Amino acid sequence: MKELSLHILDILQNSITAQANLIEIEVFENKMKNVYSIGIKDNGKGMSEEILSHVTDPYCTSRTTRKVGLGIPLFKQNAERSEGSFTINSVLGKGTVLKAIFQHNNIDRPMLGDIAGVIVLTAAANENIRFIFTHTTETGEYIFDTDEIKEALGGMSINQPQVIRYLKEMIRENLTEINYSK
Amino acid sequence: MTKVKSFADLRMMKEGLENKLNLREKSNHPESLVQIRVAMATCGIASGAKTIMEYFIDELEKRNIEAIVTQTGCMGYCYAEPTIEVTLPNQDAVVFGFVTEKKANEIIEKYIKNNELVDGIIPVNYQSIEN
Repeated sequence: MKELSLHILDILQNSITAQANLIEIEVFENKMKNVYSIGIKDNGKGMSEEILSHVTDPYCTSRTTRKVGLGIPLFKQNAERSEGSFTINSVLGKGTVLKAIFQHNNIDRPMLGDIAGVIVLTAAANENIRFIFTHTTETGEYIFDTDEIKEALGGMSINQPQVIRYLKEMIRENLTEINYSK
Repeated sequence: MTKVKSFADLRMMKEGLENKLNLREKSNHPESLVQIRVAMATCGIASGAKTIMEYFIDELEKRNIEAIVTQTGCMGYCYAEPTIEVTLPNQDAVVFGFVTEKKANEIIEKYIKNNELVDGIIPVNYQSIEN
């Protein structure tokens, strides 16, 4: 993956497959502490300890259409390559929490990329799931909650080109306001 | 471009959109719309599925085609990513592989608009080999 947001997009699909109805995405960056971290937490069906112990193995997947599962291993590889770390915890029936930490100034840390697009496209394609996206920088914090969007739209679908475009712009502007690192 | 930021703007936009939507919802059921599902698993994302999804959302709107664009998991055709599944009203779903923007344009112009088949279809009877 060329961008961190694409990793997020990938991991979100795991949460969706795990039948989560609440997914929280947290991006935290701090140049002073030299940290760029991404946390994803869902309330899906979780994993047993046995599966969890194999989940970073590229030859482990829940899919039946193919034999490799590269999403998590690739994310982990990128984190470790940037002198960071990668942890994943899960409780069967409760959900899964994943955290990837990168060095902020590391040359191997991928760019964040189009995070607004990732969040909005995924939220629009999965309207029954509540997404809470938080981005924290030294300047401030921005929270995007699909429940607020749904309330503002009053029952109208998010999955419409105009709404998608608007929400993407809204997120981008708010992120620019808190001086996020692309 | 005007600055957009608050939910108040969103509410205003909603009113404008509502009239258009009511028309659509009253006259149509989801089955009567073009449905496009973009395979959005690791393999798809790595080959640019997100760009293709955005292309379809933008282009279908520009060309005034009522459609629902959504995501799906890996369909098992990792070698042919990005793959998309197009379902025209009252027809069986067709899966296209190696969808670039150029291919996407061809799919919209020929298949979606005129129901002409284009190259790049992955046959539905294709089965991956079981272990």
